[in-house]
Amino acid sequence: MLLTLVETTDGSIAAGSGAALAHTRELAEALGAAVGAVAFTSAPGLGEDLAAYGVSQLYVIEHAECAEYAPERWGEALAQLLRDSQPGGVIAAATDRGNEVMAHAAARSGLPLATNCLTVSIGDSAASAPWSLTRQRGGGVLLEDAELTAPIKLVTVLSGAAGAAEQPAAEASSGVEVHTVTPRFDDEPEPSRIVDRTAGTTGVTLATAPVVVSGGRGLGSAEAFGMLDELAELLGGAVGCSRVATNDGWRPHSDQVGLTGTKIAPELYIACGISGATQHWVGCRDARRILAINTDPQAPIMTRATYAVIGDVHEVVPAIIAEIRRRRAG
Amino acid sequence: MDVLVCVKRVPATGGTIPLTPDGTDVDTRNLGFTIGPHEECAVEEAAQIVEHHGGSATVLTVGPPQADEQLRYAMSMGIQHGVRVGTQEGETAPEATAAAIVQAVRTLESEHRRFDLMLFGTESADAGNAQVGIRVAHSLARPIVGGIKGIELHPEDATARLRRELPEGIEVYEVPLPAAVGVREGINLPRYPPVTGRLRAKRAQIRTIEPELEPGGLRRLRLRPPPEAAQDPVVLGHGAEAAKPVVDKLTELGMV
Repeated sequence: MLLTLVETTDGSIAAGSGAALAHTRELAEALGAAVGAVAFTSAPGLGEDLAAYGVSQLYVIEHAECAEYAPERWGEALAQLLRDSQPGGVIAAATDRGNEVMAHAAARSGLPLATNCLTVSIGDSAASAPWSLTRQRGGGVLLEDAELTAPIKLVTVLSGAAGAAEQPAAEASSGVEVHTVTPRFDDEPEPSRIVDRTAGTTGVTLATAPVVVSGGRGLGSAEAFGMLDELAELLGGAVGCSRVATNDGWRPHSDQVGLTGTKIAPELYIACGISGATQHWVGCRDARRILAINTDPQAPIMTRATYAVIGDVHEVVPAIIAEIRRRRAG
Repeated sequence: MDVLVCVKRVPATGGTIPLTPDGTDVDTRNLGFTIGPHEECAVEEAAQIVEHHGGSATVLTVGPPQADEQLRYAMSMGIQHGVRVGTQEGETAPEATAAAIVQAVRTLESEHRRFDLMLFGTESADAGNAQVGIRVAHSLARPIVGGIKGIELHPEDATARLRRELPEGIEVYEVPLPAAVGVREGINLPRYPPVTGRLRAKRAQIRTIEPELEPGGLRRLRLRPPPEAAQDPVVLGHGAEAAKPVVDKLTELGMV
């Protein structure tokens, strides 16, 4: 059996877990193994949703200390399930939580863990044979081809990656057998626990905005971002920035697009005075279209953009704002 | 407060990353080295904690002798002690890196006293395995939370509050000390090392510990750049005169 660690949002399968489920099914078919899932919630309807992905065995972990997300507790519970059910492998979404829980389980089980994988394949169907995988390094700056050898293979997969489709499989399983699992934490040290939680901001966020207007070194000051705020508002978008703008204190880190900031995939990304170093590029390359405004036609972002305007952002952006206002007024 | 901060020597890469002819590693002959952004913030946080709460901070790395350069950089930012856990040139597997750190921490703690706090970067800037800190914390039976952008220490009741930002909102964790934390960039703005700090770091003694390392279960075969569709951008115009064609395009895309 292969297991998927399923994350849920309000009782339904979370977006990233779809890719993990699709990978699990593909690998399980190659191995002739059953498709299983493990979840930390017993939401009604979850079994049916999982059956659509070909899942036939669902392990629901139930414990008062696991009801809320708890990194060590979830990792320990998963490690105990691995000891008891001995699956051939576990695949999780390469999210903050997916990577964290899998690393805790790996540490507790003495197993290796391959994170942030794009493709996973099985060369030989023997259980002991290594899996071949390609993982992202440095947020996607490099790809690493590697071989994972372990009695239980632990892998996290990126969603939106080329390869496995994220939709339910063509053939649903004939039904899901639900196993309730109660972990024991008697000998465990005191864990971290969540004591407060605030919901995210509603409305347009950097991660979900259809248009993102971003500024970098070329802006020159915090004040210059005022025009980007204005343009973003006119387009119903959000404002982002490069690492330079964060490090110079022009914008908060939460606005940063890039490897160590937010990764975005808007319909349109307007990069103003941003050169497009690798650190930034890996955060915005999934944008459907990129409009780059820069004085340097040779800047990396200019050679990768869909549209380019060669010029100083301080002249170009106010002119665009004026033109949009003129047309709206007319 | 006694704080340990762990850093990794990584190539400072710019636009494209040169690879060795056999494709198994980054060709670092013409590259400088640095510590990753998350870890630089962890170093800054360690320096600030000691400045506010007293005690001392130690920076530790697992790497070849050249990694002393990164230890000295961290020391120039205000870290008192440097420890290098020796390895051969080349990357060690995350399990081996974690085991080496655990051995070193046990040695240091047996001679001195327990570290109240161990700081890691949430993931390294190059390999990005996102697991070394968790493996170390588990071996030493300490709690750990990753992706942290705020640390509030309460020495009076030996706890810390850790703030994590997620797309869905903000989570605050409470951990008993001693604890470990995976730091994320944005927790602070790392300082530029002052001249006095750089002079002190240059002369500082660096302790070395030689551990026994074992290979891990994930074996790297080769590295390669991601495929990239070549694209010639459509130049919409120059300067302010580009406004009309830009807005035409925005209108065409249904965004105006």
